Amino acid sequence: MQPYYSLYYTFPFYLFGVIAIASALAFVTRKSPVTAALWLVNTMFSLSVLFVLLDAQFIGVMQVLVYAGAIMVVFLFVIMLLNLGHPSEIADQRGRWPTLVAAAIGILMIAEIMVIARGKVASRFQVPPDFAAEQMQQYGAIGTVARPLFNEYLLAFELTSVLLLVAIAGAVVLGRRKDTRAG
Amino acid sequence: MMHVAALLQVVNPQIPPQGNGVFVIATLLKMVIMFTILMVVVAYLTLAERRISAWIQDRHGPNRVGPQGLFQPLADGLKNFMKEETYPEAANKPIFILAPILSFIPALTTWCVIPFGAPFPTRWGRIDMVVADLPVGFLFILAISSLGVYGIVLAGWASNNKYALLGGLRSSAQMISYEISLGMSTIPVLLLAGNVTLRSIVTQQAYGGWNVVNLTIAFLIFLVAAFAETNRLPFDLPEAETELVAGYHTEYSAMKFSLFFIAEYANMVTASALMVTLFFGGFDVPFTAHDNIGPFTGWLTLLSVMIFVAKLLFFLFFFMWVRWTLPRFRYDQLMSLGWKFMLPLALTYIIVIAAVVLVLNVAGITPGTMYSSILGAVNIVLVMIVFAILDHGRIISPAYGRMEGARLARLRGVAARSPLASGVTR
Repeated sequence: MQPYYSLYYTFPFYLFGVIAIASALAFVTRKSPVTAALWLVNTMFSLSVLFVLLDAQFIGVMQVLVYAGAIMVVFLFVIMLLNLGHPSEIADQRGRWPTLVAAAIGILMIAEIMVIARGKVASRFQVPPDFAAEQMQQYGAIGTVARPLFNEYLLAFELTSVLLLVAIAGAVVLGRRKDTRAG
Repeated sequence: MMHVAALLQVVNPQIPPQGNGVFVIATLLKMVIMFTILMVVVAYLTLAERRISAWIQDRHGPNRVGPQGLFQPLADGLKNFMKEETYPEAANKPIFILAPILSFIPALTTWCVIPFGAPFPTRWGRIDMVVADLPVGFLFILAISSLGVYGIVLAGWASNNKYALLGGLRSSAQMISYEISLGMSTIPVLLLAGNVTLRSIVTQQAYGGWNVVNLTIAFLIFLVAAFAETNRLPFDLPEAETELVAGYHTEYSAMKFSLFFIAEYANMVTASALMVTLFFGGFDVPFTAHDNIGPFTGWLTLLSVMIFVAKLLFFLFFFMWVRWTLPRFRYDQLMSLGWKFMLPLALTYIIVIAAVVLVLNVAGITPGTMYSSILGAVNIVLVMIVFAILDHGRIISPAYGRMEGARLARLRGVAARSPLASGVTR
């Protein structure tokens, strides 16, 4: 039993889905790293629209804030600092085998998504209808995400943040070691 | 933080919100009106900037085109449309064209979530004086404003000019650094409001006092970070004309250059609107709460919009006042102010405010005069600690801040050992 969605809803959903896939393809095929990075930003945007259309406003905004606004800016910054702007300088085109392997992995992942989408979800994982709308009404866009995160899954959440902290400390240590050796 | 939610319950249902058709028409109308007003305001801000700078520097400023130079923006706009568009030979043309657009759009998009007046009752239902009241309001602003850096960085890179590239790189480093402080400084505001919609932040301030009293240090951090985010003096390093010709827009001409200019002023308007909304009660008429409970009338809407505009104009003037009063920061001063002072201060402040709010909640004090005065007292103490005890003449006057003897000796040692020292400097 498929729920009914109006055209106002489905049309933008498919439109931005197509844009996301097209930009992702452009991202992979462009030779200039800056252009490729910009296409990736476009993909992030389209994904964020999809999240918003699925009533996950918080995730949608985070997608833009974290990926497009922070990570990709740093990417661009590094690309420009290293002056990787000229396509001829980075002959990154590998041989035939890596391409084939990548294609095979891609097809496998699509197959996995198909299987999961068609398979039956165990009833304890199923979300009751109107759950999202009800939660939004009750806790707002952020409380919906924050409540479980800081109550039921607090330990996992804090452990993840420790993991990130370790990664940051590691990056600083590695960066500094190189610096002292050179100077 | 149930009180704000409860207040919003009281606020919302008075007049039924409008139906779908009215919603679409009203939103379109609001978009067109906002866009027009913003463009006119931005045009006249360029005139205001020149007149205010002239006033501060004891000159006349542009006063020939029309009465008191009032038609100057029109003349400038016409000039920019008629000028020849030039493209550097080695520029990456698509990105060169894309860059001004990318800096222009985020500057305007932010405005759609800022509430600028009390709801307006009509025959067709209540019309909120905000283009889109998103449930993630404030985060949306952070997300969109974090995109503003693309325009500048890409402009610098696509021009294929070393000054432009330096300006672009500087701006990306600067905006990333200060964005963190900007975000952190607003967390106390969200703590007090208990929600991220700008509507609830305004409502909370109407009842709990303006946040500039409740959260003075957050406001100061936000103010400094906003200057850095808008690339205004004293943080205009991306375009520092005495160092980089014109920075990221060196190669731009005619309307494309103009778009960067419009974006800068639109960003200024947005930053001012944010300061008003987050810290100065938004459209809240001082010492009243009518604007949030109603009964909503057309006159109330008009009054609240005018109050909002008055507060906005003050901050716009403040932006210009600072620009023509303070000298530019050195790059290392900019970075150390951002990372070594503002970020730790913002983090400490979050902890302090969270603790105070927790204590107040446990003690059963609800938002009101008592609540605000306790928070205000805490802030006065903190401001004294930060600016009188921890400062030692470094923060308030960083342009000629003292350098410790050891650091100076180390820098000199580095300079003496570098290859430059042997040949060029001596």
